[in-house]
Amino acid sequence: MSAPMVIHEDDFQQFADVCEQLNQDACSRAVFLIDKNGQLILATGEYQYLDTTALASLTAGNIAATDGLAKLIGEREFSALCHKGEHDSLYIAIVASQLILVVMFGDETSEGLVRIRVAKASEHLARIVEDVIAKSQSPSANSPFAEISDDDIDTLFG
Amino acid sequence: MSFINYASREINCKIVYYGPGLCGKTTNLQYIYAKTNPETKGKMISLATETDRTLFFDFLPLALGSIRGFKTRFHLYTVPGQVFYDASRKLILKGVDGVVFVADSQIDRFEANIESLENLRSNLEEQGYDLDKLPYVIQYNKRDLPNVATVEELREVLNPNGVPEFNAVAPTGAGVFDTLKAVAKLVLTELKKGNNH
Repeated sequence: MSAPMVIHEDDFQQFADVCEQLNQDACSRAVFLIDKNGQLILATGEYQYLDTTALASLTAGNIAATDGLAKLIGEREFSALCHKGEHDSLYIAIVASQLILVVMFGDETSEGLVRIRVAKASEHLARIVEDVIAKSQSPSANSPFAEISDDDIDTLFG
Repeated sequence: MSFINYASREINCKIVYYGPGLCGKTTNLQYIYAKTNPETKGKMISLATETDRTLFFDFLPLALGSIRGFKTRFHLYTVPGQVFYDASRKLILKGVDGVVFVADSQIDRFEANIESLENLRSNLEEQGYDLDKLPYVIQYNKRDLPNVATVEELREVLNPNGVPEFNAVAPTGAGVFDTLKAVAKLVLTELKKGNNH
């Protein structure tokens, strides 16, 4: 098992600030930040009616399959993809090869504007990701689970 | 790779059910889904063909409860068992924290089990994992059928290292939760150790 990615509150707040700004700047409906294994990190905007856990898992599956296709034709990765719907569309971009940024947008904006805003936000997010990874891998990074006991684990299973 | 979020006080882990085609991986998840309290489970997603064969993966998010104030969530995935979906299987193993190998106990599936287990080991190696170092359990499924190999025969070939093993009849639920609990416990124990393989 590789080192867990640990996101602390200050990192989370930085991610949230960038995503909220992106949602405003791109005039989009919602922005999601997902890790490449399919776990949702955060959502902002109008997402309350969506199953965000399923969205995260399916997006990661989609990105994984797209990565596989890229490698088949000799590309390192396809950095972005767009799914166009009749009313709502999804713009999906990879951030720093680690995270996935998903922007859900409607007719009130354009794919072009979303793409430009995502490019700018991705640079900010990439810097935060580097910081998070460095902290997660530092020898002093303690897992919050380091002190749990076997009894704690047993209690979980009743 | 597990994922710890201090802001939402959540820890997420990924468990993959692996095994040959029609061994009962999806049935395991369906039983867990059916028997889990609605508050603790998310929606089960199945990307299947028209004949209900798994095309890409099944996915079931499950919240087990809290440990020291951290909500513990397990994301359960199955892989497509059919041999020609190997590219999809490799993708789903990315970031795995624990593996359940579901073996089909029927004698005529003996070779398919061996082939699938070898495939698991080599696909994990491609991703930089060693099966012997991962939280890993084996389930001998379909124990209710008449033409099954004995557990001793299955163990000798599929479980020479003696990882935790369980007999199961997935449609009735026999052994299903025992298997899940065992692998979940191994994953949490590994997190406690803080091992980085």
